[in-house]
Amino acid sequence: MIEKIEKKERMKIKRAEMPAQKPEDRVRNFNEVPFGLTAEQAITEAARCLECKKAPCIDGCPVEVDIPGFINLILEKDFAGAARKIKQTNSLPAVCGRVCPQEEQCEIKCVLAKKFKPVAIGHLERFVADYERENNLVQIPAVAAPTGKKVAIVGSGPAGLTVAGDLIKLGHDVTVFEALHKPGGVLVYGIPEFRLPKNIVQAECDVLKDTGVKFENSTVIGKMETIDELFEMGFDAIFIGTGAGLPNFMGIPGEQLIGIYSANEYLTRSNLMRAFDENDYDTPIIRGKNVAVLGGGNTAMDAVRTSKRLGADHSYIVYRRSEAEMPARAEEIHHAMEEGIEFHMLTTPIKFIGDDQGRVVQMECLNMELGPPDDSGRRRPVPIEGSNFIMDVDLVVVAIGNSSNPLIQSTTPGLETNRWGNITVNPDTMQTSRPGVYAGGDIVTGGATVILAAGAGKKAARAIHTYLSNGAPK
Amino acid sequence: MPRVVDNIQIGPLTWKMRVEVPRLVAKAKAGQFVIIRVNEQGERVPMSIAGLDGEQGLLTVIYQVVGKTSALMTTVENGGEISDCVGPLGLASHVENWGTACVVGGGIGIAPVYPIAQAYKEAGNKVISIIGARSKDILFYQKEHGEVADELYVCTDDGSEGHHGFVSDVLVKLLKDGAPIKMIMAIGPVPMMRVVAKVTKEFEVPTWVSLNPLMVDGTGMCGGCRVTVGGETKFACVDGPDFDGHLVDFDVLTSRLNAYKDQERKAMKKLLEDPNCRLTKAVREFTYPGENKA
Ligand SMILES: Cc1cc2nc3c(=O)[nH]c(=O)nc-3n(C[C@H](O)[C@H](O)[C@H](O)COP(=O)(O)OP(=O)(O)OC[C@H]3O[C@@H](n4cnc5c(N)ncnc54)[C@H](O)[C@@H]3O)c2cc1C
Ligand SMILES: Cc1cc2nc3c(=O)[nH]c(=O)nc-3n(C[C@H](O)[C@H](O)[C@H](O)COP(=O)(O)OP(=O)(O)OC[C@H]3O[C@@H](n4cnc5c(N)ncnc54)[C@H](O)[C@@H]3O)c2cc1C
Ligand code: SF4
Ligand code: SF4
Ligand code: FES
Repeated sequence: MIEKIEKKERMKIKRAEMPAQKPEDRVRNFNEVPFGLTAEQAITEAARCLECKKAPCIDGCPVEVDIPGFINLILEKDFAGAARKIKQTNSLPAVCGRVCPQEEQCEIKCVLAKKFKPVAIGHLERFVADYERENNLVQIPAVAAPTGKKVAIVGSGPAGLTVAGDLIKLGHDVTVFEALHKPGGVLVYGIPEFRLPKNIVQAECDVLKDTGVKFENSTVIGKMETIDELFEMGFDAIFIGTGAGLPNFMGIPGEQLIGIYSANEYLTRSNLMRAFDENDYDTPIIRGKNVAVLGGGNTAMDAVRTSKRLGADHSYIVYRRSEAEMPARAEEIHHAMEEGIEFHMLTTPIKFIGDDQGRVVQMECLNMELGPPDDSGRRRPVPIEGSNFIMDVDLVVVAIGNSSNPLIQSTTPGLETNRWGNITVNPDTMQTSRPGVYAGGDIVTGGATVILAAGAGKKAARAIHTYLSNGAPK
Repeated sequence: MPRVVDNIQIGPLTWKMRVEVPRLVAKAKAGQFVIIRVNEQGERVPMSIAGLDGEQGLLTVIYQVVGKTSALMTTVENGGEISDCVGPLGLASHVENWGTACVVGGGIGIAPVYPIAQAYKEAGNKVISIIGARSKDILFYQKEHGEVADELYVCTDDGSEGHHGFVSDVLVKLLKDGAPIKMIMAIGPVPMMRVVAKVTKEFEVPTWVSLNPLMVDGTGMCGGCRVTVGGETKFACVDGPDFDGHLVDFDVLTSRLNAYKDQERKAMKKLLEDPNCRLTKAVREFTYPGENKA
């Protein structure tokens, strides 16, 4: 047992190592890779925290979780209390503890980061949230007296779920409309089971349901009802959290060949439709032997690690810049390398080649070198002339980003968007150009992170509450 | 979960299902489609709208058993439920009063051209309907089309009913004889749509076809439904399903439809061997074209 100990002593404790499945085991299953800290590990890790007065870690967290506050409750072994503390500002700790890029958010700001390793804030966040859920200690939040106001939420990703959770507690009548047959957005269709088990997302949605949030799945707003028709149906305010779901392709010859997927399609087949479990689920998926994933972000890492688990002999990341520019989380790149993913840096495909059945069999590539920095501040890759070479591939996953899906924007007159089709909002209130209509998450920012989407949801919920409390005009 | 009012066999391997989805029906228009999921483990399968009953809130889809999911659909009982029915998806067919318009339906395509014929008629057009199938017993909706069309032509490949030959033959004859057709909507198997588009190009009559690539979400999120039209990539679920038949690359469409052929056949074989599944005798005897039951 660890009592409160001196600062000096605390700094001698080594950062907890997350127990995880061995790479050779995990490439053969879809179970979650890290097992989670043990209670003992969590308490020891919590003891490392110096409980700084002006905790800089909090500044690194987009939703300002009271980090020393919840860590202190872990030391007191009040794990469920710690989870509740986090939930005061972050409604999805089990998710964020797993998928937040902590190394560039809360943990990078930790005072221990300079001389030692930062406190494992993410691991601790995950630990307490799992503890609370697995021991059935999740409390259904108290709900204020009904206000008689109705709110429609379009899209059930982290942004929409956060708005729903905040507004239901304030006594509003909340309905979430989701196009797919399951709520969760990218959390269910994009991020694989081995990084974020789907029962965790389901549990989060179940709590919202038990609190009174109504879910209408398989409802595409813009096709079923438009935003204006939702108002006519009696909704007083609307939040749009439809995400960035329109896959970009390379626009090079051969892209229509069989065996070329967008990452969205590949991951949706495997995650939402559970094609990886071919004995129990009906949706098919191509299981390549030589798989090339184009891109260097989280999505690319998820796709390439999925391909290995689906039986690939060789799974490649093909990225046009160098490793230093890869936008994926360090932890994901590390996991991918451990799993035997082969990295082809400074490489870009220029053409896909098919067989007589129309299936992709090869990919012609060019080598690149880094030139001067471009608009994004990263060094621009320039093709090396004559460096063409051929790669044998039977599956290619294009993971070069998404644009905004225009379904809502094109059916909502007066809703302003920027030149990329993202909805423009007042950054303080998340209000759009239409009164009573708010938006947040990837539909506003373009592809970002779970916690930024959830943070936008928080802000929008506050503004919607103010709007409704001041008597929303009908 | 949406309630299936009835699900009845109307041909050797053809069924008609009516689903109670009043909100969807209130919004749906001819030419759009829905995506159905039969059960929790099931695929999401797109189905064209074959009829809309606004008063009762009923959607009609007509489907053919071609594999596992369509076979499973036949086991849904009258008054039963399916997991999901999402829509209306895609863009509605373009409808205006051109004077004389023609719909061409081949095989299962006879179903979706019916509400389009109705819409053309309501817009004030004289409607010519040409419907055809391999043989008489596969034909359906002759009566329904007859009630809407000003002129109805029925054909079968084997001559067992109506004109002996293809729908495209009838269409060519009409065009040669100077029928004042200003607009054509053709839906059916890819080879049929390809031929129709080819002949109408010679006569320079605008021709729409409804494309049926493989789909997953149906909202523009996955890009699996991409088709090549006029050299450009389009997503059939949001930019279509109707496209200018003279610009469609039918080779790409045909090839992409075969993406999962082996897996599909394996899944169907397993289902047909499952004694617990309530498949009718007709479905149990299913074979793929050009394949004999071993
Ligand atoms: C593969 C992948 C891996 C990622 N990994 C990470 C990670 O490790 N860490 C991290 O922080 N971030 C990660 N991200 C980014 C993160 O998931 C997103 O930033 C976040 O999910 C955005 O949340 P959102 O609520 O804005 O939208 P989304 O999660 O995209 O949800 C939007 C929802 O709206 C629905 N919808 C769309 N249109 C309509 C409509 N018209 N009517 C009804 N519903 C509609 C969609 O079906 C979807 O369910 C990843 C993204 C991907 C794709
Ligand atoms: C917009 C649209 C509208 C459609 N309307 C109808 C309809 O009204 N009636 C009807 O019977 N069918 C319709 N289809 C086709 C129908 O979706 C498929 O027949 C069905 O998904 C087959 O599933 P399965 O498991 O029974 O067969 P599988 O074993 O999966 O497939 C057998 C063959 O059917 C074709 N197919 C498979 N999946 C699809 C798919 N998602 N889309 C198109 N073709 C597919 C392929 O060529 C495949 O090789 C439509 C398809 C689209 C895209
Ligand atoms: S929500 Fe994310 S950034 Fe904030 S403390 Fe938790 S892990 Fe860190
Ligand atoms: S900065 Fe680090 S040590 Fe200080 S309170 Fe935050 S987590 Fe604890
Ligand atoms: S079906 Fe996914 S984009 Fe069309």
